[in-house]
Amino acid sequence: MMTPQSEKELAGMIAGATGPLAVQGGGTRGFAGAGDVLCSAGLAGITLYEPGALTLVAGAGTPVTEIEAALAAEHQRLAFEPMDHRALLDTTGTPTIGGVMAANVSGPRRIAVGAARDFALGVRFVDGTGRIVKNGGRVMKNVTGYDLVKLMCGSFGTLGVLSEISMKVLPAPETEASLVIGTELAEQAVAALSRALGSPFEVTGAAFLPDRGAVVRIEGFETSVAYRLGALEGILSGFGEIERLNADASHALWRGVRDVQPFVGRAGDVWRVSVKPGDAPGIVAALPEGADYMLDWGGGLIWVLCAAGTDLRAKLAPFAGHATLVRADAGVRARLGVFQPEAPALAALTQGVRARFDPRGVLNGGGVKAA
Amino acid sequence: MEMPIPNPAVLARKDRVVARLLQVLPSDAVISDVAETRAYECDALTAYKCAPMVAVLPASTREVSDVLRICHEEGVPVVPRGSGTSLAGGALPTADCVILGVARMNDVIETDYANRIIRVQTGRTNLSVTGAVEEDGFFYAPDPSSQLACAIAGNIAMNSGGAHCLKYGVTTNNLMGVTLVQMDGTVVEIGGGYLDAGGLDLLGVICGSEGQLGVVTEATLRILHKPEGARPVLMGFDDNEVAGACVSDIIKAGVLPVAIEFMDRPCIEATEAFAGAGYPDCEALLIVEVEGSDAEIDDQLARIMEIARRHNPVELRESKSPEESARIWLGRKSAFGAMGQINDYMCLDGTIPVSSLPFVLRRIGEMSAEYGLRVGNVFHAGDGNMHPLILFDANKPGDLELCETFGAEVLKLCVEVGGCLTGEHGVGIEKRDLMHVQYNKDDLEAQMAVKDVFDPQWLLNPAKVFPLDASDARRRIEMAAQ
Repeated sequence: MMTPQSEKELAGMIAGATGPLAVQGGGTRGFAGAGDVLCSAGLAGITLYEPGALTLVAGAGTPVTEIEAALAAEHQRLAFEPMDHRALLDTTGTPTIGGVMAANVSGPRRIAVGAARDFALGVRFVDGTGRIVKNGGRVMKNVTGYDLVKLMCGSFGTLGVLSEISMKVLPAPETEASLVIGTELAEQAVAALSRALGSPFEVTGAAFLPDRGAVVRIEGFETSVAYRLGALEGILSGFGEIERLNADASHALWRGVRDVQPFVGRAGDVWRVSVKPGDAPGIVAALPEGADYMLDWGGGLIWVLCAAGTDLRAKLAPFAGHATLVRADAGVRARLGVFQPEAPALAALTQGVRARFDPRGVLNGGGVKAA
Repeated sequence: MEMPIPNPAVLARKDRVVARLLQVLPSDAVISDVAETRAYECDALTAYKCAPMVAVLPASTREVSDVLRICHEEGVPVVPRGSGTSLAGGALPTADCVILGVARMNDVIETDYANRIIRVQTGRTNLSVTGAVEEDGFFYAPDPSSQLACAIAGNIAMNSGGAHCLKYGVTTNNLMGVTLVQMDGTVVEIGGGYLDAGGLDLLGVICGSEGQLGVVTEATLRILHKPEGARPVLMGFDDNEVAGACVSDIIKAGVLPVAIEFMDRPCIEATEAFAGAGYPDCEALLIVEVEGSDAEIDDQLARIMEIARRHNPVELRESKSPEESARIWLGRKSAFGAMGQINDYMCLDGTIPVSSLPFVLRRIGEMSAEYGLRVGNVFHAGDGNMHPLILFDANKPGDLELCETFGAEVLKLCVEVGGCLTGEHGVGIEKRDLMHVQYNKDDLEAQMAVKDVFDPQWLLNPAKVFPLDASDARRRIEMAAQ
C-alpha cells in the first residue's frame, strides 16, 4: 500500500505508476478499483477552521470523526449528514473526508440542505498524470472559472486523487424531534412526505420505513421545533396515526436511516435507486418478490435489498433515474456494473473528461466502470 | 480590453452562413442587417461594445441544435445570450460571431408541486419562474438583483447568486437537470427530477461555465414553499470592524439568517440623498433578515439583537410590520441606483473570507485615497461577497482605465486574503486576464481540458473566462483549419 505523506509525494507516486491504482481514503465504502492501493490517509489534519465564517479546510485523509469533533466543539456540523458505510458493507477502517467527497456521500438532510458536493468549496487534487490542480477556494460564493469542485465530488477517484478539501459547515441546531405517521403503503407515505416537504416548515428528514411508517424531522431552536411539530401534525393528521419522537429517539432513528440500518447483517445485494419522489411507489411495486426496501429523501432515494445477483436495473427498466449497486460480491459487480450505464451522448462526454484527466486510465479503473 | 482579431475567413462566409441559418429558422429569427445587429453589441458591461456578424433567436431545442450544427460546420464562433444582463461581458460578441439569443424560449414546460420542481425553457426570466408558482405558495430561491430581466439561461451560465443565498444557495444548488445542446448540435439530457444525477457531476461543471460548454435550452429547477414570513433588523455601527465582528458573532451563535447585507458610509450617504430611507448617520450598517412564523421571527431577531448590543450599535431598528421592512430594505435596494446618480461606477464582485472583512475594507479605503476615486461598499456580508462600487467619470479621458486598474488591485487583494475574483457575476471578459492571479497554469489547463471535451474547436464563447494567452493555442487550431 502506498500512503503518501504530502501532496508532492502523492503526485510523484501517480506520475510514476506503471499499473492501475486502487484509490482509497479509509477504504470503508467499497468503491476502490483494482490495483496497487493508494491511500490518502497520510494527508490528514485540519489546516483551517473559522467558525465565524462557517469554513473548514482539511487534508483529504482527515478522519470524518476528527472533523465532526472539531465542529461539535463550536456547535457546528457537516450539515449534509454523511453516511457511515461500515455496518452495511461490513468494512473496517476509518472513513475520511476525502472519501466522503469523492463518493459525494450525503444523508437524509440532503433533501433540505444539499449534498456533500453543495458543501465543498474548494479542492486540491492530483490528476492521473501527476499534475497538481486546485479549484474553487474557501469562500461561499465563487464563480471564478469552471467548477471542478463539483466534478471531483462523486467522481470516485477516477479523475484525480483529492489532497485537500475546503468546505462549508453549518450551525448545529439546539434540538430536533420527529413525527412518525402510521402509513403502511409507499404511496400514502410518499404523499404524506410530499405534503410535509411542500410546507413552509423546513423538514430536514423525510423517510419511509415500511415497518414503522413515514417519518419527518424538524430541527432548530426548542420553541421553533415545538411550533413546527404542531403545525405539521395539523397538515398530516389525515394520513394516519401520528407519534412524536423526542430528540434522543429522533436522533437514533435518523442515524439508522442514514446508515441503512434495516439492511445491516442481512444477506443479499443492496441497491441505491435515485428517482423522482413521486415515481417511488411505482418502482416499489415493480421490485422483485422477496425484496425489501426503505425510502429516504421524501421517496427520491430508494434503498433496496434483494437476492444476490438480481439485475435490478433490468427489472425496473425503463425508469427515469439511476440505480447503483452498493453491496454485492465481485462477480455480481463485474457482471451488472456498479453504476447505471449512461445514454451514448452523455457517456461520450464522461469518457472524454476521464481521458483528459487520467489519459493512462490508472485511477480506480477496476471496480467503478459502468456496465 | 483585448479581443481576438475577427477571423476574415468567417466574415467572408457571412452570406452563406445567413442563407443556411434561414433554412432552419423563420426569417424574423435571423438578424443580419448591420444596423439591427447593433442591438446585441453589448450586455450590462456597457463599456465594451462590438456588433456581432449575425444574431439568431431560435424558439426550440431543435432550432438551437440546427443553428449550432450549421455554425459548427461553418467554423463560426457562437456567443450564447440570455437577457444580456451580464456585468462581466459574458454575452459580449465578437465581430465574426453568431449571437444565439434564447429570449423566444420562455415557456413553463411542467410544474410539479408534489416533487417540488419546475421545468422551464431557459429564456424565461428568473422572476417569472417564481411568478409561475407563487400563487400556490412556492418560489424559486436564487434571486440575483437583475431578476426581473435576467434569464435562467444566463443564471445557469454564470451560476448566479443573490441576496438570499446564505440560506438557499446559488443556482448550482437549485439546478437539478438540463437539456444541453453541444456545439456540434448533439442534444444531451443531464439529470432531471431526481436529486442526484448519475455519473460524473457534469451538471455541476456546466453550471457556471459561462456558455462555453453548450447551450442550455431547458432546465429542471428546485422550487420551495415560501416561508410563513420574513422580517429584518437594521443595525448601525461606528466602525466597519465592529460590524464585521458582529456578522461573525451572529453566524457563530447558531442563527442562520436568510440575508446579511452590509453598507458603508459612502453608500449610506448616497442612498440617503437618493431614497431617504432614514438610515442612521454611521460608518457601517447591517440589515439582517430572518424567516419563519411571527413568533419564530421575534425569537430569532431577539437573539440577533442581543448579540448586536454587545457591539454597542449606534442604532438598532427591528421591523414589526411589512411597511417597516420595506423601509429598511429601501435604501439597500436603491443603493446601485443611488451610486449611479453620483457618477458612472464599476461594480466589483470579489469574495473574501468573512474574517478578512475589516482588513479588506480598510485597504480599499486606503487605495481609494491613492487612486483619487471614491468607493462605496454594499454587499452580502454573510458569505463575504463584496460589491465595491468604484466611481469614475466616463467622459474624463483616462478615468475608466484608472478605475479598471484600481478594480484589478482590489480583486488581487481579495485573492491574497484567501478569497476569489468573482462571487456571482462571472469572469466574462472583465476578469479574464486576472485569472492568472487566482490560478496557475496547471489549474487553468485542467479547466480548459473540460472545454476541449465539450467543444473541441473552441467555437462557443471562445474569448471569455480564460486569459487570451492561455487559450491562444486552442483558439488558433480552428483558425488554422480554415
